[in-house]
Amino acid sequence: MTAAGATPDLPADLTRASAADLAAGIAGGTVSAVEVAQAHLDRIAAVDPGDRGVHAFLHVSGDLALEQAAAVDAARAAGRTAASPLAGVPLALKDIVVQQGAPATAGSRILEGWMPPYDATVTTRLLEAGVVILGKTNLDEFAMGSSTENSAYGPSRNPWDLDRIPGGSGGGSAAALAAFEAPLAIGTDTGGSIRQPAAVTGTVGAKPTYGGVSRYGVIALASSLDQVGPCARTVLDTALLHEVIAGHDPRDSTSIPEPVPSVVDAVHRGRADGVAGMRIGVVRELGGEGYQPGVLDSFRAAVAALEAAGAEIVEVSCPHFRYGLAAYYLILPSECSSNLARFDAMRYGLRVEPAAGQPVSAETVMSATRGAGFGAEVKRRIILGTYALSAGYYDAYYGSAQKVRTLIKGDFDQAFGAAGGGAGCDVLVSPASPVTAFRLGEKVDDPLAMYLNDLATIPGSLAGIPAMSVPSGLAADTGLPVGLQIMAPALGEAAMYRVASAFETLYVAEHGSTVPLSVPELVVNP
Amino acid sequence: MSSATPTLADYDHAIETFDPVLGLEVHVELGTATKMFCGCSTAFGAPPNTQVCPVCLALPGAMPVVNATAVEYAVRIGLALHCSIASWCRFARKNYFYPDMPKNFQTSQYDEPIAVNGYLDVQVDGETVRVEIERAHMEEDTGKSTHVGGLTGRIHGAEYSLLDYNRAGVPLVEIVTKPITGTKASAPAVARAYVAALRDLLLSLEVSDVRMDQGSLRCDANVSLTPAGNPVFGTRTETKNVNSLRSVERAVRHEICRQAAVLEAGGRIVQETRHFDESTGTTSPGRSKETAEDYRYFPEPDLVPLAPAPEWVEGIRASLPELPWLRRARLQQEWGLSDLEMRDLVAADAVGLVEATVDAGAPADQARSWWSAYLGQQANSRGVSLAELPITPQQVARVVALVAAGTLSAKLARQVVDGVLAGEGDPDEVVAARGLAVVSDDSALQQAVDQALAAAPDVADRIRSGRVQAVGAVVGAVMKATRGQADAARVRELVFSTLGVQA
Repeated sequence: MTAAGATPDLPADLTRASAADLAAGIAGGTVSAVEVAQAHLDRIAAVDPGDRGVHAFLHVSGDLALEQAAAVDAARAAGRTAASPLAGVPLALKDIVVQQGAPATAGSRILEGWMPPYDATVTTRLLEAGVVILGKTNLDEFAMGSSTENSAYGPSRNPWDLDRIPGGSGGGSAAALAAFEAPLAIGTDTGGSIRQPAAVTGTVGAKPTYGGVSRYGVIALASSLDQVGPCARTVLDTALLHEVIAGHDPRDSTSIPEPVPSVVDAVHRGRADGVAGMRIGVVRELGGEGYQPGVLDSFRAAVAALEAAGAEIVEVSCPHFRYGLAAYYLILPSECSSNLARFDAMRYGLRVEPAAGQPVSAETVMSATRGAGFGAEVKRRIILGTYALSAGYYDAYYGSAQKVRTLIKGDFDQAFGAAGGGAGCDVLVSPASPVTAFRLGEKVDDPLAMYLNDLATIPGSLAGIPAMSVPSGLAADTGLPVGLQIMAPALGEAAMYRVASAFETLYVAEHGSTVPLSVPELVVNP
Repeated sequence: MSSATPTLADYDHAIETFDPVLGLEVHVELGTATKMFCGCSTAFGAPPNTQVCPVCLALPGAMPVVNATAVEYAVRIGLALHCSIASWCRFARKNYFYPDMPKNFQTSQYDEPIAVNGYLDVQVDGETVRVEIERAHMEEDTGKSTHVGGLTGRIHGAEYSLLDYNRAGVPLVEIVTKPITGTKASAPAVARAYVAALRDLLLSLEVSDVRMDQGSLRCDANVSLTPAGNPVFGTRTETKNVNSLRSVERAVRHEICRQAAVLEAGGRIVQETRHFDESTGTTSPGRSKETAEDYRYFPEPDLVPLAPAPEWVEGIRASLPELPWLRRARLQQEWGLSDLEMRDLVAADAVGLVEATVDAGAPADQARSWWSAYLGQQANSRGVSLAELPITPQQVARVVALVAAGTLSAKLARQVVDGVLAGEGDPDEVVAARGLAVVSDDSALQQAVDQALAAAPDVADRIRSGRVQAVGAVVGAVMKATRGQADAARVRELVFSTLGVQA
């Protein structure tokens, strides 16, 4: 790491550099944005394709990326100041965010070949910041899953062990980071789709406060839960990306009009001041049964390190979290059953004619297309949601789930608030994923086992608060990365990033490098 | 199910046997420049699919943003209908699949509408009927399907359908009445009067152009019958495609007769949507609601709730225009008109024109007489509305003033108006160009009378001998000589005085 303003010594292999260092190198003229982009495109070509390739990308936008990089270099040559602290840095975009010039599939057959005619607000902000978009990353279909195995285009692989899943739904973005295919990535998190992949790939991923980043141009799963967020290999890079994408957007009326918390400052503060004097709550209900021993050991060690660094550790109880998973699997399917209704073959995407002999009508074409275009998990959730919203069941299912949501928010208010016997915590911590990366195919036929991967991340999603995962080390039992989840009150991103940054600093001091830099050398096609 | 040619009960008999209950749902397309949830134009008549964007085409990822003007218009409508305006309300999704609805859900309002519990007083045969309003809520219009190849222009049997999404997302307000009971035989007239009054109101509020022929005001008529005196409502049908005031009345009347026939034959009414046919005045079954469509409503998560500030609502209330019926009552009194005279003016859409003519200085009776009589005939013969005639209230007022000053006779005044209508300019220009001023100079007239009498001594003798009706021939000759510009009454007087005859 280098001090701001100084030109860093970049590694010979540019793909191993942090985004902050690459940006500084490009701004300082040690390296061009085109060289940086080309190095990453070469890396993608080397490790992504093939039977045992990482398969992080569904589409690589080589020409577009090099054009964007050349524009950054041209701007610098013309003497203009860098568009942002990330100008010229490559990024992997989850293929649920639309970008003109690149296909958008959301991991589904039903959108195969669709070229969006507009840019998401996030895409616009990235491009305006001079960020170079390398391509679109793999995900579980419409972001429904925890392993990318629900992608219609095949799963991504975890660079720590190619036989294992990289988490989901944003497994492609996380795998791209861990495989050094990109230093930055965009994820979306509905119930843990940024945090769980970050945890199981040893990378960093943050879900901002609901409404912190515009959802305009992000293909909706569950509108009241979806949130776009930054992913990277370091906390600083994540914070830099956070500031590029966050902020009010008049095209998304659920986006927050308040100013974006200064998370980069918070990262510097975490490095300088650590966590001394902060009050950190350990959530009793997010641990124990269902959590892998190696994960719990790593988590306890992380808490001990924070305590040793001067944080006050308190145990807090959030009694309604136990209903979180059930409420989540009513709210999400309900909203997604409606959001996915637009995929009907009438205007874009796949169109399947009814079987020979069947009448051809709008209804039969819609039915045939949706039957052929959606995968099993998507159909399962559409059916669940359609049922949960139907007359006579609405109150019992959707209505009750919304009440649970209010109760879970109440639990968080109690943990963060100081008044009325509240615990007064600055942040809460837990394991981000109950288990380390599991094997491809291990849970694919067991939806309920798959759903349990989101046990620790769902409460934060239901409450709309910011939460992130930073690597806490490797689990002793599996040798695979474990994620530490840090949760903060709504718009409390600064406290969250400060703790994440402080913890990363402690980890590097003890182990000599960050977790992602200790990923084994990839042997993709032996 | 009804047969292809359903039997109809006699209307009077139906009303004796059953009490009709009405429920009217009126959809109004708001006259905002842009759509409900995006910035696309709402202009009518553009080439298909030219007023669309990612939002109203429901492209993946697109999100709605509420049109603030549409909310303001909805509040205006609610206030004018004496509704309470919700201090907090939400949009909801109404889920169903149909190709002309891009999202396959309609963003509407469900259990939290913006306006509730109002009323509209309407006049039917001189009686005031209070129609209670259940709610007025905001929603978006669907696109337009054109079904090609079927016999009836409906989706069943069509070879293919064309979809135009220009209308998709145009802001609508749906105004729903409470059940209208106790109207008996006047039910069809009440339905018509309600829609007419609502149209009138919406026009005065300047929230819609309320063109039933273009679909910017659409009425669905719910009708049920219950045995006379029975307070329990019967099964209702909902008749759609009712595209004129006359159709509202006909559709309700037809449903009363049809349902009465079914019930009297021991049948039962099927709860269904029916389709009104303008050409036959009959309704035919559409979608059956027996397997009630389940719209799976839930609060729209892509939009934040609306909380109209009380001061903002009060500001709108203060800016409401004078309601049309109050204005009419005031004008009727000012002008001293009978109910019938006023009703005729309203029916002819002449109230505003007469008011403007009076404002331009004409006496009310003169202004009314011009617009309802001569100009009314001119409009009729040209097949246009009064407002479309190429004459302004100011020009009419000028003609009235010229008559009052004696410059024009009634007959000449009509010629001046004809000149204005023919595009010959303002009344004064027409008078000058056509040389139409009345000849009221007695010496000029006397000369003409003398010449006429000299030319017809036998007629002069007949008048002298007491056959005064013979004066007509002399007056005619004078009028001819003065090219019609003489004042005929004065000519008559001069003839008698010249001949020394007591008229």
